Amino acid sequence: MPSKIADIRLVASHPEVYEPCDDSFALVDALLSDRANLLKHQPSLCLEIGCGSGYVITSLALMLEQETNNGIHYFATDINPDAVAVTSETLKAHGVHAEVMNMDIASGLEDRLAGLVDVVVVNPPYVPTPEDEVGQGGIVASWAGGEDGRSVIDRILPVADKLLSEKGWLYMLTLAANKPLELCGLMRRKGYASKIIVQRSTEEESLHVIKFWRDPDSEVQIKKAAANRGNPTSVFSRFSLLSFSGNGNASSK
Amino acid sequence: MRLLTHNMLSSTIKGVSNGFPLTIEAAKVVEKQVDMNSDFLKNIFSKIEWKPFVEAAKTLGFSELPEEDVQPSLLDSHEFLTKFHHALLEIHLEEGALVCPETGRKFPVNKGIPNMLLLEDEV
Repeated sequence: MPSKIADIRLVASHPEVYEPCDDSFALVDALLSDRANLLKHQPSLCLEIGCGSGYVITSLALMLEQETNNGIHYFATDINPDAVAVTSETLKAHGVHAEVMNMDIASGLEDRLAGLVDVVVVNPPYVPTPEDEVGQGGIVASWAGGEDGRSVIDRILPVADKLLSEKGWLYMLTLAANKPLELCGLMRRKGYASKIIVQRSTEEESLHVIKFWRDPDSEVQIKKAAANRGNPTSVFSRFSLLSFSGNGNASSK
Repeated sequence: MRLLTHNMLSSTIKGVSNGFPLTIEAAKVVEKQVDMNSDFLKNIFSKIEWKPFVEAAKTLGFSELPEEDVQPSLLDSHEFLTKFHHALLEIHLEEGALVCPETGRKFPVNKGIPNMLLLEDEV
């Protein structure tokens, strides 16, 4: 069966909701390129944080669809009330279902859904802006990322860590200005390996999609190395550089 | 909103120590048919808080779930799986509210979408 993604003509819109753009397309391309791994992974629960127009979660549901019920269930959250309504319409227009919820990141789900989510997908508000633009309502929430575009990303990562199952994968879109190496280092300290699976430069921005997965070996290595050298920071950054030079082949597990 | 989702949602208002389960106020309930996947049901079974699930199903008009002695061995029964599947995935709260068990604060549900946003003084 050829893999399908959301049809841009069927994606609903609203003046206060971010329309699918280069970043959304890069994230869906990344998921498509990893589709065979995702199918083998047999996820049970998938979550998109910040679903906006619904383009990404709809595409994910479509690309993993099979002839019989595959037993995959989808959740999607957004802080913008207009966005959740639009996501709901986009899903309906494509005949797929996700449980859509209006909340900040995953605030109402963190306790009960902890450790149960096999795939988390995030296209965060990554644009560097003055800090006071972060957390404003409406469409601004879809892009305003504060200093280095990291204000919301830095809140999302611990939540993703909490929600992800033992075999969980996180796909996150980032901008070069978000310091992706530093993000990989942060996640490495939580026991995750990482790999860039899509890189795309446009006239305006340089985008990466990073895939994170739990890697018990790397956690042990980090602890050992830190104990030996007594200077964890430099070791972490060195490991994150390693993972960026293509040492992340465990993603095909 | 499915009862699967209801079983995963908590009130996170500042100062609330146990925001689960949310009480349901149902104004409109709809049913949408979903193909059954036994493997999913068997995997998710142990993650479901059963009493709140049974109560929620009753509130939405479905009272055929067993209330006590709910053992994993039930998963071998097709009859049980069918009811579990129906209550978990096919019954949707379309309009109504979810009520915080400690504060009574209502989170509205419109067009099947719960609004869990907190006000500034609730964060």
